[in-house]
Amino acid sequence: MIRLDKLSPGVKAEIEKIDTDKLPLKLIEMGCLPGNLISIVQKAPFNDPLYIKIDESHLAIRKETAKDIFVRLI
Amino acid sequence: MSKSLNIALLGNPNTGKTSLFNSLTGLSQKVGNYPGITVEKKEGICMLNRTTKGHIIDLPGTYSLNASSIDESVVIETLLNKTGKDFPDVSVVVTDVENLKRNLLLFTQVKDLGIPTLLVINMADQMKRKGISLDIPVLEKALDTKIALISTRDNKGLEVFKETILNYRKFSTDPSISIETIDKEYFQNLGKAFPNQSIYKLWLVVTQDVNFIKIDRKRVSDATDFKTVTPSYLKRLQQKETIKRYQFINNVLKQGLKVDRESATDLRSRFDRVLIHKFWGYIIFFIILATIFQSIFDWSSIPMDFIDSTFANLSETLKNKLPRGVFTSLLTEGIIPGLGGIVIFIPQIAFLFLFISILEETGYMSRVVFLMDRGLRKFGLSGKSVIPLISGTACAIPAVMATRNIENWKERLITILVTPFTTCSARLPVYAILISLVIPEGSFFGLNYKGLMLMTLYLIGFGMALFAAWILSKTLSIKSKSYFVVELPNYKIPLLKNVGITVWEKTRTFVTEAGKIILAISILLWILASYGPGRNFNEADQIVLQNYPELNQEEMEIKVNSYKLENSYIGILGKTLEPLISPLGYDWKIGIALISSFAAREVFVGTLATIYSVENDVEDTIKNKMASEVRANGEPLFNLASGISLMLFYAFAMQCMSTLAIVKKETNSWKWPTIQLFGMTILAYIIAFLTYQFLA
Repeated sequence: MIRLDKLSPGVKAEIEKIDTDKLPLKLIEMGCLPGNLISIVQKAPFNDPLYIKIDESHLAIRKETAKDIFVRLI
Repeated sequence: MSKSLNIALLGNPNTGKTSLFNSLTGLSQKVGNYPGITVEKKEGICMLNRTTKGHIIDLPGTYSLNASSIDESVVIETLLNKTGKDFPDVSVVVTDVENLKRNLLLFTQVKDLGIPTLLVINMADQMKRKGISLDIPVLEKALDTKIALISTRDNKGLEVFKETILNYRKFSTDPSISIETIDKEYFQNLGKAFPNQSIYKLWLVVTQDVNFIKIDRKRVSDATDFKTVTPSYLKRLQQKETIKRYQFINNVLKQGLKVDRESATDLRSRFDRVLIHKFWGYIIFFIILATIFQSIFDWSSIPMDFIDSTFANLSETLKNKLPRGVFTSLLTEGIIPGLGGIVIFIPQIAFLFLFISILEETGYMSRVVFLMDRGLRKFGLSGKSVIPLISGTACAIPAVMATRNIENWKERLITILVTPFTTCSARLPVYAILISLVIPEGSFFGLNYKGLMLMTLYLIGFGMALFAAWILSKTLSIKSKSYFVVELPNYKIPLLKNVGITVWEKTRTFVTEAGKIILAISILLWILASYGPGRNFNEADQIVLQNYPELNQEEMEIKVNSYKLENSYIGILGKTLEPLISPLGYDWKIGIALISSFAAREVFVGTLATIYSVENDVEDTIKNKMASEVRANGEPLFNLASGISLMLFYAFAMQCMSTLAIVKKETNSWKWPTIQLFGMTILAYIIAFLTYQFLA
């Protein structure tokens, strides 16, 4: 299990665990839930923010938020 | 007899909800505000068949019924307020075929409110290309609803949509999920405390900042059984609810949706590779901005010259045709030049809104948010501040409202405070006329000096916004939880209709709103300039004759007019102000224009036009009148030093009462608009002073 911000772009992973208290509800509602597929599409300069794909949603989140998402490589 | 049906359009952002709204209502739509708040309310009329009228409300885009901004609260309040005049007879949830899963979350929530709900699946034309196939009867059964497939891009499916919606009474209003199963004990207690109410509605009241009829939020949160629940526990329940909804949706889609990834072509990644490239992404962004500002200046010069001369001719013709008198001079010296001062800027404003709406429609704007977030955070701003800062080039008022989706309060407040530094379209008239007067012809690497000067002014505006943000981020001590979630939608070719409606709607509002103020000010100025107290004004003819007996009749008339103006009410006001502004290179007439600019900056040109018209009977274009103004020593009034000093004053000063009002509303305090008013204006004075002293 690794933190999302450590995931390399293009590598497919599955969300394993999230920090419910810290993650905004909006992100959870957009599909950031355990079991869903996640990958990093692109990183902005200095690796922040991250352009991620959860299921079919394409989102940008900051690195600090990504630290509250834990993923498993598949 | 025709019936009327309230229809609410809901949907995630970027699903084509507004395109559907535009297709249904066209130019019959009205844009206003929800009472008491500044959220934009869009409504329109659409004939569903010969006898039934649809009153359609385009509610703000939202990802769910859990509101995180005031715009989203409006959605919930409209849906919960059964006695409200906008309460929908039927709600329509618009979804994008490519994002069906996430879009359905909102659908299940809306359906659980017990309102008849139609599911619209948009972009049906994209299905084949994306390898998506839908089994509509299966989906209708599983979701227990009616589905209308539409394509707003080629206007398909609208007739079926209208037919379907007329049968709204037959739509099922059963909930998709039973919320009670998430936490039996908690929801049982909630139901006991407020019997005869829908549990899901109660739950929304508990978790949201909304009231609905008969139950107010305070009573719910005070009821004994709920005091023990911590915010963290509530959030866990919300997460459970979300999981439950997704389980339901996944189950539905397993039956009715097939995606063949092989046949999908991926335009997104190809564009993204270039447009948000670590290096080229920024270069492209800069080139796009430069192109926009160059073309605003170049493309609009022809219609602007035409409008300018048309108004001058109109004044001249009317003056010759109408009998001489107070009314004629009010019309030809007050109203027409004043209105000319606003109409002339329609081309530039329309172009600006055109570009901004294209950037948003294509999906490029959110890429800019992604590109700029990290950099802007260094200045205490958010990537999302890009949208206010760029739309601030149109007008600070919608820009301040656009800060609402910035989740972090400190970042949002700073964005609100610095947005008025960006060059709004009301400054454009001032810059445009001053640039054409004081900046020489010539070009530099194919870019003409005038265009470059305009671009420099825009950059100065952005630069000052960033600098001020940096200072504020170091000095304001506000702690707030920060997060940042942005959707990066698919790239789209902008719909001509959407862009056209936006440009028309915004330009029309600008002209009518500004037009009203300008008309009023023009009349007021004309009165103040045409009348004066005492002997100096009323016996100007004799005084001038005594002092300058050698003048011929024509020279005499000019001298009398300017003597009168100096001693009119406005002249006295301007002269009083002159000592304060002469170190900046301005005369008292510019001083008048500065004062009236506090109502709205674009009044500047109209004010000068009115003053010069009263003073000088010769009808000419505004520009020529300004060019022929001279100082006491015979030098032109508008030269490089005074022109640039004036432009910089306008760049930095807070001269817009409407912006101050909106900042007061959005920050809910007089403190911040006061800081803006004095901070920005003092800064403007100092910089204009230094500029003039250095250049003159």
